Amino acid sequence: MAYSQKVVDKFEETLNNPEKASVGRWKPGDEDFHRVGTGIVGAPACGDVMKLQIKCQNIDGENRIVDARFKTYGCGSAIASSGQLIDMLKGKTLEEAQAISNQEIVDILELPAIKIHCSVLAEEAIHRAIDDFKSLRNND
Amino acid sequence: MKQIYLDYASTTPVEEGVVKKMTDFMSFDGNFGNPASRSHSFGWKADEAVEEARNNLATLIGCDPREIIWTSGATESDNLAIKGAARFYKNKGNHLVTSKIEHKAVLDPFRQLEEEGFEVTYLEPNSSGEITVEQVAEAVTDKTILVSLMHMNNELGTITDIDSIGELTRSKGIILHVDAAQSIGKISINMSSNKIDLLSISAHKFYGPKGVGALFVRRKPRVRLEPLFHGGGHERGFRSGTLATHQIVGLGEAARIAHQQMDDDLRKLENLKRIFWDEVKDIEEIYVNGDSKNKFPGILNISFNFVEGESLIMALKSIAVSSGSACTSASLEPSYVLRALGRKDELAHSSIRFSFGRYTTEQDVKETALLVKSSVERLREISPLWEMYQDGVDLDKIEWA
Repeated sequence: MAYSQKVVDKFEETLNNPEKASVGRWKPGDEDFHRVGTGIVGAPACGDVMKLQIKCQNIDGENRIVDARFKTYGCGSAIASSGQLIDMLKGKTLEEAQAISNQEIVDILELPAIKIHCSVLAEEAIHRAIDDFKSLRNND
Repeated sequence: MKQIYLDYASTTPVEEGVVKKMTDFMSFDGNFGNPASRSHSFGWKADEAVEEARNNLATLIGCDPREIIWTSGATESDNLAIKGAARFYKNKGNHLVTSKIEHKAVLDPFRQLEEEGFEVTYLEPNSSGEITVEQVAEAVTDKTILVSLMHMNNELGTITDIDSIGELTRSKGIILHVDAAQSIGKISINMSSNKIDLLSISAHKFYGPKGVGALFVRRKPRVRLEPLFHGGGHERGFRSGTLATHQIVGLGEAARIAHQQMDDDLRKLENLKRIFWDEVKDIEEIYVNGDSKNKFPGILNISFNFVEGESLIMALKSIAVSSGSACTSASLEPSYVLRALGRKDELAHSSIRFSFGRYTTEQDVKETALLVKSSVERLREISPLWEMYQDGVDLDKIEWA
C-alpha cells in the first residue's frame, strides 16, 4: 500500500505527539461533559473503530465546536483521516460540521481508492457525535 | 534510514556466491548454451551444469535426481502437481483433499478443479494451526485420488506431520502432494524414507533466485501427471520449455549451501527467536498464532490486541515485516489462515509476521523488539479499544455500528 506523504505525515504527527493531535477523551464526571457529544463508529472485526468527541459552546446563539478529541483503532489512513477531521472541525458550527463530506478528506489526504472507507468512517463519526450532542441537549 | 529486513518468509536475498555462479551462465564469454543442444559443447556444458544443480537439489531432499522436474517456481509446481495428478487419475475417482490454510497457489488450482467437476474437502486446522493425520484419515473416501497439504505454513511456521500422512495415503493408494515452498533448505526432509509422491519447491525462499523452482515426482511407485505446458517435451515431458540454465544453476548452488548450513541456520534462528520473544513476551494482550510444538523458529506470528496490524507496520517503518491485516492487502479481508485457526477477526487484523533468516543479527531482533514495544504502547494510547479494555468494558458485548 503506497500512501501519499500527507497520510504518512498525519499518521506520524498523531503518533509522535498525540496530545497536540487532539488524541484523548472527555469522560463522565469531567467539567463540561454535558456539552460533549460522542460518536463511535466502525467495528473491531472490520479493522477500524473511530471514537470522536466534540465539545460545543453556544456562541451568539449558535452551537460551535470549540474543541474535539479522538481515538482511532485502524490502519494508517484511518488514523490520518480522524486527525484530518479534527483539524477541520474546530470552530465550526454544528451545521457546518454536519456538511463536511468524506470527499474533502479524500482530497486533502490523497487517499487511495481502497482507503476511501476510512474517510466515510470519519464522516459518520461527526454525524454521530452531532446527533449525540443534540440528544443530550434535548434531555436537559 | 537503515532498514531491518524481517520478512524472510516472503523472500530471501540471493547469496553472493550464487549470483556469481548464475552470471557465469548468461553471456557470450560465459556458458550460455541451451542444455537441450546435443550437437555441440555449448549445449553439453550447459546440460552438465543443469544436472549438477539437479544432483545438489536431490542431495538436499534425499531423492534420485531423475525425480526432479524444473519449473518456474512453487506456483507452477503446485499447479502442475495438483491439476496434473487430478486430471491424469480422474477415472479413479473425483474426490480431492486439501486444507484451508494452504497457499493461494494450492487453493486456486483446487477451485479450478471444482469447476471441472471434482469434489474437494478443505480441512480446518486445529487452534494451533495444525492439520493432523487423523483428520486426513477421516476425510478420505474410496473416491479420493489426491491429498495436498503444505509442509510448513507460510504465515505461522507450523509444520505438518507429512511422514505420518504419507503412510496413510500410500496405504490407501492416494497420491500425496506436499507444498514445501517454505520448508525446503530450512528444515530437513528425506524423500527416500517418506511416502510423499509430489513435492513443490521454490528457490527464492532459500537464498536462491526468484523465477525458478522444482517439482519432485516420485518414480517408485511411479506418479503420472498431465502436463500443463506442451512443447518440446523437456523434463521427461512433464514440463516443456527451454531450461533457464542460470536460474537452475542458482537454485542448485543455493541447495548445496543450504544442505551444508541447515543445522547452523536452525540453531541461529532458535537463538534469534528466543532473544526476540524474551523482549516482547511481557507486552499485555498478545497472542502467538500457530502456537504449536512442532514449529519452525524462523517465523513468529503475533497478534497485538487493540492495535491494527497495518498501523503497527507503519509505525515500525524501519522494519520490513508483513501483516495478516486486511488493510495491507487489496481484498479488505483479514488473513484467511488466521481466521481458519478460529482467531477472532480483530485478532487477525492485529497480527504481524516476523520472519528471521541467515542475515538477521541479534542486534536486529533486539532493536525490532524495542521498537515493537514502544509502537504498540503508542498505538494503544490512541486506540479506543484499548481505552475500553482498560475501563473494563467487554468488547464482545458491544453492538458495533
